[in-house]
Amino acid sequence: MKSTLEIKGLKAAINGTEILHGLNLTVPKGEVHAIMGKNGSGKSTLAKVMAGHPDYEVTGGDVLLDGKTILGLDPDVRAREGLFLAFQYPSEIPGVTIANFMRAALNARRPEGQEVDAVEYYNELYKKMDLLKIDRSFTSRAVNDGFSGGEKKKNEILQMAMLEPKYAVLDETDSGLDIDALKIVSHGVNSLRGPKMGILVITHYQRLLDYIVPDVVHVMVDGRIVKSGPKELALEMEKKGYDWVENLATV
Amino acid sequence: MSEATTIEKPDLKIDQDEGNFSYPEDYAFDAGTGLTEKTIDYICDVKEDPDWVREFRKKALRIFREKPLPTHWASKDLENIHFDDFRYYLSKGAKPKRTWDEVPDDVKRTFERLGIPEKERAFLAGVEAQFDSEAAYSNIKKAVAEQGVIFVGSREGLKEHPEIFRKWFGKVIPTADNKFSALNSAVFSGGSFIYVPKGVKVKHPLQAYFRINAENFGQFERTLIIVDEGAELTYMEGCTAPKFDSVTLHSAVVELVAMKGAKLQYITVQNWSPNVFNLVTKRGLAHEESEIKWIDCNIGSRLTMKYPGVILKGRKARGEVLSIALANNGQHQDTGAKMIHAADETTSNIISKSISIGSGRATYRGLVHIPRHLKGCKNNTECDALLINTESRTDTYPAIVTRGEGNSVQHEASVSKVSAEQIFYMQQRGLSEGQAMSLSVNGFVNELVRQFPMEYSVELKRLIDLEMEGSVG
Repeated sequence: MKSTLEIKGLKAAINGTEILHGLNLTVPKGEVHAIMGKNGSGKSTLAKVMAGHPDYEVTGGDVLLDGKTILGLDPDVRAREGLFLAFQYPSEIPGVTIANFMRAALNARRPEGQEVDAVEYYNELYKKMDLLKIDRSFTSRAVNDGFSGGEKKKNEILQMAMLEPKYAVLDETDSGLDIDALKIVSHGVNSLRGPKMGILVITHYQRLLDYIVPDVVHVMVDGRIVKSGPKELALEMEKKGYDWVENLATV
Repeated sequence: MSEATTIEKPDLKIDQDEGNFSYPEDYAFDAGTGLTEKTIDYICDVKEDPDWVREFRKKALRIFREKPLPTHWASKDLENIHFDDFRYYLSKGAKPKRTWDEVPDDVKRTFERLGIPEKERAFLAGVEAQFDSEAAYSNIKKAVAEQGVIFVGSREGLKEHPEIFRKWFGKVIPTADNKFSALNSAVFSGGSFIYVPKGVKVKHPLQAYFRINAENFGQFERTLIIVDEGAELTYMEGCTAPKFDSVTLHSAVVELVAMKGAKLQYITVQNWSPNVFNLVTKRGLAHEESEIKWIDCNIGSRLTMKYPGVILKGRKARGEVLSIALANNGQHQDTGAKMIHAADETTSNIISKSISIGSGRATYRGLVHIPRHLKGCKNNTECDALLINTESRTDTYPAIVTRGEGNSVQHEASVSKVSAEQIFYMQQRGLSEGQAMSLSVNGFVNELVRQFPMEYSVELKRLIDLEMEGSVG
């Protein structure tokens, strides 16, 4: 069995406009890959299409999780298969505490009648919160309701820690964060890195990659990956700017 | 242990509407179809009503016939009720049994499927279980009865305790209050009569369970609860009916009286099938420094019209209505609250949460009245509506009349929507669409439900889960 998140020739459109024009990318388990790209290059579209957002239509190609296609599956089935998306703009769920939300999400992964034990659950939750340096009072707050940008992103990483996905896609996790929040969130992601998880970090800025150092960097232009390379590529991008690769794209 | 424990427990996951079952009809007493003076004579004969009750009923029938339907209100659906098509009295006997063993098998099985004997053992001070027109079972725990608490059906109440019953019966809700209170007054049967003596604080709730089994039937229970000075009581009622193609009518009248310093909490969790017209009049009379609290959860039915009220008659009396209404496809929940301030320093609080799903429609209709001559009265009204998908509809009609100075009124209303992004977010965490909606709805009512007794918040959450699962294609 393959241990990769594989995107093959993926084409996707919204309202009849094609955004992804045949995108190829493979993230093996245990590695951290980064996608860099300008606004409008299709980065967030890629994240949403992988997760199965109903507004997007896949017009070609495939997304394979450990060799099995996930296209056509409902978003919740994809999630239970092991795909996690940390949202750029996480939704608020008034009245539902983080603790209850996470418990419902974990129970959704288990057979009926075998719900998580409350004591074990809280032990696990608190362990993960300590690891991520999140205050315990956090879990009794309603999901993202009135959260600052930093709190929302911390919450995304906490959920990622609790759900232990096979592959995690982090969509602009650095956007709207000050440097302290960025450090906390990066620390969280780094502490979850390991052989069991493949991580795809989507970002506009090189800054995040100082804290979450990727194994591979991909550059995305106009719905395609135009260049891939080691982590140094991120620095090169920073120096030379996107114009440099845009020229590559047209070659 | 009684044999009840060995019988199948209601499986939480079996079907969307667990109350949707019925047993073949086998009634000793049937007043036939339609409503005439003869129907009333039949009911009086079976129940061995005293003459004053017979007269009361016949007068009520005349008022019922004279009164128009409240069609100036939200729904013309009331016009689809054909009063001549109903059966107004069905029973296997007018006297309830005191032990489950004596209850006829089909009736006993019904309540066992609904988990009533189990709950009775677990946390109730007494139970009354009404099957169509009469209570099949009624029992109060010995220790509670020994404190002088009376918990019987309306028939027994008016016969055995006329000195208390007649004093308050029809006084909080007069026969002519509305067409349906008149109808109930004409044909009432079943319901509870409760008296809690001075200073007695009943620790555990008393519960009544109303079950409709028969088709083309009307259930008209009549409840009267009097909590004497300084006494306390929590009363809970649950209701279900099977789903028939024809229309079922449920039209209760509930009168509460809280004497000086008394506390009375009345909790309803109803889960009617979608063919039930649920047209209920509920009102409490709160004397000095007493407190009446209605907790009202309306799930199911075709049309519910219900506005629990409190008349704040004594100084510093307090009234509260906490309500949740869930209107699923094709249903209309027209609910609300009435607070009539009639003394100084009275306070009232109304919190209403409604959820509309699909083509479901929720209406809040409120009335708060504070006349000019009163001082130091306060009302707080909050109405929140949650819409799930674009077809849903919600309306709010708050009527708040405050006159005079030194009275304060506060009103807040909100409408929110479960967005597609919110559902997608939750699905991305592995919850199915139904689970996601259910969680949103539970979140929406959460703050309110936290004020409910534990057993009922669990029950309500379960009912919401079942409704939401059923609402996803």
